[in-house]
Amino acid sequence: MAFLELQGVEKYFGELQAIKGIDLTIEKGEFVVFVGPSGCGKSTLLRMIAGLETVDVGSVWLDGRDITKLPSSKRDLAMVFQSYALYPHMSVYDNMSFALMLAKTDPAAIREKVERAAKILNLTPYLQRTPKELSGGQRQRVAIGRAIVRSPKVFLFDEPLSNLDAALRGQTRVEIAKLHRELNATTIYVTHDQVEAMTLAHRVVVLRDGQIEQVGTPLELYYRPNNQFVAQFIGTPQMNMVAGPDMAQFEGGLTMPVPSGGYLGLRPESLTLGAPGTGQVQARVDLVEALGAETLVYVTTARGTQLVARQNNIRTLPHVGDAVGLQIDSAAAHLFDSHGRVVAPAMR
Amino acid sequence: MSRLRPVTLSVDGTAGAATPVAPPARPRAVASRLLPRLLLSPAVITLFLWMIVPLAMTIYFSLIRYNLMQPGESGFIGLANYEYFVTDPSFWTAIVNTLLLLGSVIAITVAGGVALALLIDEPFPGRGVVRVLLISPFFVIPTVNALLWKHMMMNPIYGVLGQIWRFFGARPVDWMADWPLLSVIIMVAWQWLPFATLIFVTALQSMNREQLEAARMDGARYLQQLRYLYVPHLGRSIAVVIMIETIFLLSVFAEIFTTTGGGPGDASTNVAFLIFKQALLNFDAGVASAGALLAVVLANIVAIFLIRMIGKNLD
Amino acid sequence: MAPKPPITAALVGRTVAAWVVTLVIFFPLGWLVLTSFKTELQAIAVPPLLFFKPTLANFAEVQQRSDYLLYATNSVITSVISTLLGLAIAFPAAYSMAFFRSKRTRDVLMWMLSTKMMPAVGALVPIYVLAQTAGLLDSRLSLIVVFTLSNLPIMVWMLYSSLKDIPNEILEAARMDGASLWQEFRRVLLPLGIGGLFSTGLLCLVLAWNEAFWSLNLTSAKAGTLATMIASYSSPEGLFWAKLSCASFMAIAPIVVFGWFSQRQLVQGLTFGAVK
Repeated sequence: MAFLELQGVEKYFGELQAIKGIDLTIEKGEFVVFVGPSGCGKSTLLRMIAGLETVDVGSVWLDGRDITKLPSSKRDLAMVFQSYALYPHMSVYDNMSFALMLAKTDPAAIREKVERAAKILNLTPYLQRTPKELSGGQRQRVAIGRAIVRSPKVFLFDEPLSNLDAALRGQTRVEIAKLHRELNATTIYVTHDQVEAMTLAHRVVVLRDGQIEQVGTPLELYYRPNNQFVAQFIGTPQMNMVAGPDMAQFEGGLTMPVPSGGYLGLRPESLTLGAPGTGQVQARVDLVEALGAETLVYVTTARGTQLVARQNNIRTLPHVGDAVGLQIDSAAAHLFDSHGRVVAPAMR
Repeated sequence: MSRLRPVTLSVDGTAGAATPVAPPARPRAVASRLLPRLLLSPAVITLFLWMIVPLAMTIYFSLIRYNLMQPGESGFIGLANYEYFVTDPSFWTAIVNTLLLLGSVIAITVAGGVALALLIDEPFPGRGVVRVLLISPFFVIPTVNALLWKHMMMNPIYGVLGQIWRFFGARPVDWMADWPLLSVIIMVAWQWLPFATLIFVTALQSMNREQLEAARMDGARYLQQLRYLYVPHLGRSIAVVIMIETIFLLSVFAEIFTTTGGGPGDASTNVAFLIFKQALLNFDAGVASAGALLAVVLANIVAIFLIRMIGKNLD
Repeated sequence: MAPKPPITAALVGRTVAAWVVTLVIFFPLGWLVLTSFKTELQAIAVPPLLFFKPTLANFAEVQQRSDYLLYATNSVITSVISTLLGLAIAFPAAYSMAFFRSKRTRDVLMWMLSTKMMPAVGALVPIYVLAQTAGLLDSRLSLIVVFTLSNLPIMVWMLYSSLKDIPNEILEAARMDGASLWQEFRRVLLPLGIGGLFSTGLLCLVLAWNEAFWSLNLTSAKAGTLATMIASYSSPEGLFWAKLSCASFMAIAPIVVFGWFSQRQLVQGLTFGAVK
């Protein structure tokens, strides 16, 4: 049995089925990210693992034990809340030592653990302050420190970076990744940000409407999405989707016919811009976003299909209104049937 | 290049490990509803009894003949008590007095309260002290309030008001004897003015400052600001003050009891005092109960509106 | 420190108006306090004395009255015990409604508030009869019961409001940290909720102390409170204003001070939250 296992887990809120049957296994030391659009149930699932929401159907197993009916306080899990949920009336030291104090740990041992965690997180000068007196980033580190100190079986993170500004978010993301390497702790991390998912995870679980769409390593999800939803959720800008009759313009290079009612998926980097008259499809430039290291070019084909192409290191930027020729890398094209499921990717 | 099958653990359960035990359709954890109900029950039960028992007894008493001095109950007499209460010569006077009392106090406190709140809304030296002094009358024991006015202020010979009247060459007014209801109105209004002021001060603080600044820049003068911005904003709290005061002032009793005793005659008797007279001076519990029920009905009407307004504020 | 507002005519006008109005409104109370320090003759002096030699004799005399201490004790006992009893009943209810919210929570809350809206006189006869039958007329117990029930809706409402402000996630964090329900209550909820508990208690203490309707009707010589004592204050010698003022001053002073500290709770509590 895996370290953490969910078996047929379901949850209802009144009549609404929020979680529709989840099976998942997580190995010890893995960093798993639950990602998905808002309302997909990722936080609910996390809270069910934590014991803060009840499991209506199915079971949760941790380290060989069935914890489904166990209260949160007995599951030996630590959670970092989106709002940090620090105890406002306690100092940073007391916040971090609370759980150990409840477990009647020897004060000397508590002191040692708290100071060690504080050192890792650069919190040592703030140990006597109260949460009111800390900045957002500091509070977040205290929330993480509170979890680390306990050496729990699994760390649970509920969108911990969403309340931070962009610069701090990037920084903290790196720190969390480093922390995981040092502690080698099993972690489940919930986010709606796919960049966090891609950069932090060993494996990503993509959720939609209470169901798992796909589980895999970040690159597996990127290069071999199972369905249209995952294909469009992972990757920025979104994968280009070409539907119906418009696919005829591309079919020259594909080894399989596109299923009727289906879609052709092309990642922006699989389109290359060339001089007009070259390539498989002709198009006109609508918009150019020059980001420095890469340039995003939005084009419309002769048939009216709108696409985004990603170009790296181009010397001369195209202008709005220019005619261009698009070269498709068919090896990287994805074919989806009318239900959105992937048919084997087309190869040359 | 080989084709790679994407790896999925899908909902179809194709990769499921153990087969889940077939559970009931939607098991609800019954135990988790028990604790909150248990915690709630003392309050709910006591308040329920507090509401039901007096109400039931009042209805019962209002339909029988019951004298407190002779507790052996006599028979059912239908609506005779109601008839007796309503045909009491003091009944209409009491109603009129009640409405006068209510109306005057509300008018004074709302108008005065709004004016005061607007006055102290902006900062000025000593504002903190002013606020503290202004709310003090509300926390005075009603009987102290009554005697304070009756003796210190309103006594025609030694009272302060009498002295002021004489200072201006007028004959002092014998408030208690000549203007009993007005005296009560003054006492009660004095006590409730701070309440209204405090409410309006709070409401003003929640006013949108940017809106005022925009109006000022648009050239609105103070009176225009009052009319178009302040008064509409205060509208809701004025309504609340009126309703709350109506509910509490229907039962004005202590001041009347302590000073005029409802008199001279029934000049300062209100409905509450009339009920009291029937109950504890005439010992006629039946008639008193009939009157009480009428008062309750009156209060209920106001309460319905108030509840609706509160309900909108609760999330 | 923000710069002081410029001294304009408006500011001066406002300050003067505010102070004049305030002094006029406060005057009766101020006069009461002054008179407490006068002799009886000074108290009825014509024209009224503003400056005089103060005396503390009244304070001693009032306290020597055998019934003053009794009434004061009754006031203290009835208001304190009814407040504590009320809090003990109200707190679990407020906790339940704040943290175990259900579809009916709002209705229950509004129903509780509505019980406070019934005029006291509506319950006069039944409560009197019940007290009479139980032999509890002129007893502190009957006052305690009535005070508790009268203030209960306000207590529930105010405690609910203050508990609702405690983010649920903090309690969940305590649970994750391994706290049992009792530990969650004692170490997190109570410290965070104690402020609300205290201010609610203070307001209800004030309301119970000032309660005059039930005190006048249900009690007389034995269980009367300061409210009733003042109502019947007279003296065999005839002149009693200074002593009355003094007794009144002593009866209201602490409560007025408490009232200063419970302004905010007053607005919330007595308007049932209809004014924010």
